[in-house]
Amino acid sequence: MSFKLKGAFLGAAVLAALPVTVWAQQVGYPGGAAYPFGSPASEADIRAWDKDVRPDGAGLPAGSGTYKQGEQIYGEQCASCHGLKLEGIRDPNLPQGGAPALVGGRGTLNTTHFKQTVESYWPYATTLFDYITRAMPYTAPGSLKPDEVYALVAYILAEGHVIKPTEVMDAKSLPKVRMPNRDGFYIDNRPYPVKRYD
Amino acid sequence: MDHPAIGEAVTETEIEQALQSDCDCKDGMFPQGKMGTASRRAFLRGSGLLTAAAAIVPVKAFGQDAAGEGPWSVPGEIAKSDYGQRASFETVKRLASFGGTSSLTPLQAGVGIITPSRLHFERHHNGVPTIDPAQHRLVIHGMVDKPMKYSVEDLKRFPSTSRILFVECSGNSNAASRSANQKTVQEAHGLTSTSEWTGVRLSTLLAQVGVKDGAAWVLAEGSDGAMLSRSVPIDKMLDDAIVAYAQNGEAIRPENGYPMRLILPGWEGNINVKWLRRLKIGDKPFMTREETSKYTDLMTTTGKARQFSWVMEAKSVITFPSGDMRLPGKGFYEISGLAWSGRAPIERVEVSTDGGKSWGLASLQEPVLPKAHVRFRFPWHWDGGEAVLESRATDQTGYVQPTKAFLTRNEGVGPTYHYNGIQSWKVLADGSVSNVLQA
Repeated sequence: MSFKLKGAFLGAAVLAALPVTVWAQQVGYPGGAAYPFGSPASEADIRAWDKDVRPDGAGLPAGSGTYKQGEQIYGEQCASCHGLKLEGIRDPNLPQGGAPALVGGRGTLNTTHFKQTVESYWPYATTLFDYITRAMPYTAPGSLKPDEVYALVAYILAEGHVIKPTEVMDAKSLPKVRMPNRDGFYIDNRPYPVKRYD
Repeated sequence: MDHPAIGEAVTETEIEQALQSDCDCKDGMFPQGKMGTASRRAFLRGSGLLTAAAAIVPVKAFGQDAAGEGPWSVPGEIAKSDYGQRASFETVKRLASFGGTSSLTPLQAGVGIITPSRLHFERHHNGVPTIDPAQHRLVIHGMVDKPMKYSVEDLKRFPSTSRILFVECSGNSNAASRSANQKTVQEAHGLTSTSEWTGVRLSTLLAQVGVKDGAAWVLAEGSDGAMLSRSVPIDKMLDDAIVAYAQNGEAIRPENGYPMRLILPGWEGNINVKWLRRLKIGDKPFMTREETSKYTDLMTTTGKARQFSWVMEAKSVITFPSGDMRLPGKGFYEISGLAWSGRAPIERVEVSTDGGKSWGLASLQEPVLPKAHVRFRFPWHWDGGEAVLESRATDQTGYVQPTKAFLTRNEGVGPTYHYNGIQSWKVLADGSVSNVLQA
């Protein structure tokens, strides 16, 4: 082998090694050395935003609320968009063009006049707490205290005949509420098992 | 050929005639409402401008040249705009829908595959927040070894990625499943758009925080008034999810999530959480409102609802000719439209001009990108008779875009989301094009 050819082989070896080096730089960090960007999230950073609530009750705060308390808060904070009887309002002058009905609709889901409400459709009562906490009332989201949210949940669920008006909602009782449509969902099964659609 | 020549000289008499006509389509086949007509009229009527107008204003269906009339050239001004504007003659715009919670992309006026950022559809659940990027942080926490927070500037330090991807609201075309009341393709299908999105792969960020064993779901949360939140399987997050900070080469538009948003290629728009501020890693789905009471697909055939139906399945729509246009006469037309699939690249698009009795293969404009709009074209010689134009897309999994009849038979009339049935446009002998329910 001539000297020149050896040099060519050496060059090829260096070139071949290059992509490996680049690869190591791009994906060589999992669990080990880190890109030195960003900063650790402190306990306070996380606490400020970590308000989500799961069906098993994880995330529910301390506090409680009753139907009576909820009835008053609903009248002040919710009725203008959702209606005095929780029947929903469609009005282009309201934010989002109005707000949906919260009760009614049981027994309609397999009909052409289906009506999807908290009472007839929502599978988890905890979602109601989570959603009101984060997004309601529309004009002042995040303004309701946990006691007020528990009270609103108690009022809406009782108006929908899901719980009794005497039941107090708190971190223990709320996850135990069984919604009428709890078993009304199935995981996505698409695509349909047919080769060609029509 | 028996069709008139495309492009011809225009005379001042023709301009006057065009101005006096009461036709709804003074701007040709692309009626853009009163605004476009009014501005052109005002321009044409402007003193001393009539001759110049002949050189630069399209009056008929197809463009004309000045044929020796008009000035030699059009003197310009020194550029003084730091941030460009479109030509003053262009008036195409988004269309705000009921309640102002969304606006629709003018697909009928689009060409190619990229949606201009200013025309990208929008959908929001409590308005468009104004977020100072200097104040904004993305917090990643939960089942991780090292909770972290990132500013936009932090994200820009990481290795970046860019992908051209469609985002489609899963409620797009919902109304088309029940009626043909939407006159235009914008009204019926305008909740889909394609942009180039640039950001950091989420797999890169998750490697930084160290995901713990047993982690299976990630809660993605926005900082808008609705604090919109969705649960995403961690497999998707590690596969191709992007935390994007740029759209079509510049910062993301406020209505599309400025300063950062989640991009989940091929998945329904709602889960591409905008104004992203928090990712919480957990072991179960969080069952937020947007994945239980909304964005689930009620089958009125059974009363049961499909949940976690994230993928947008293959779909196509003809954008030209489409509803509310008028063909000026028989002859050659290039039928054109968009096709896309959240599951796999588009394999083929077929076009029918007889309401689905016979189909021909459309040509696909390269590049055919996975999970992006694909532009298809189909040459057509209109003989002046009634015609029904339809398109159907097939993706590389073999999935074929279904008919409305198939979807209604299998799902009933309940699903508000994921309607991807074939769209029909009817052409009458007078050239008018309208939305019709598929036979």
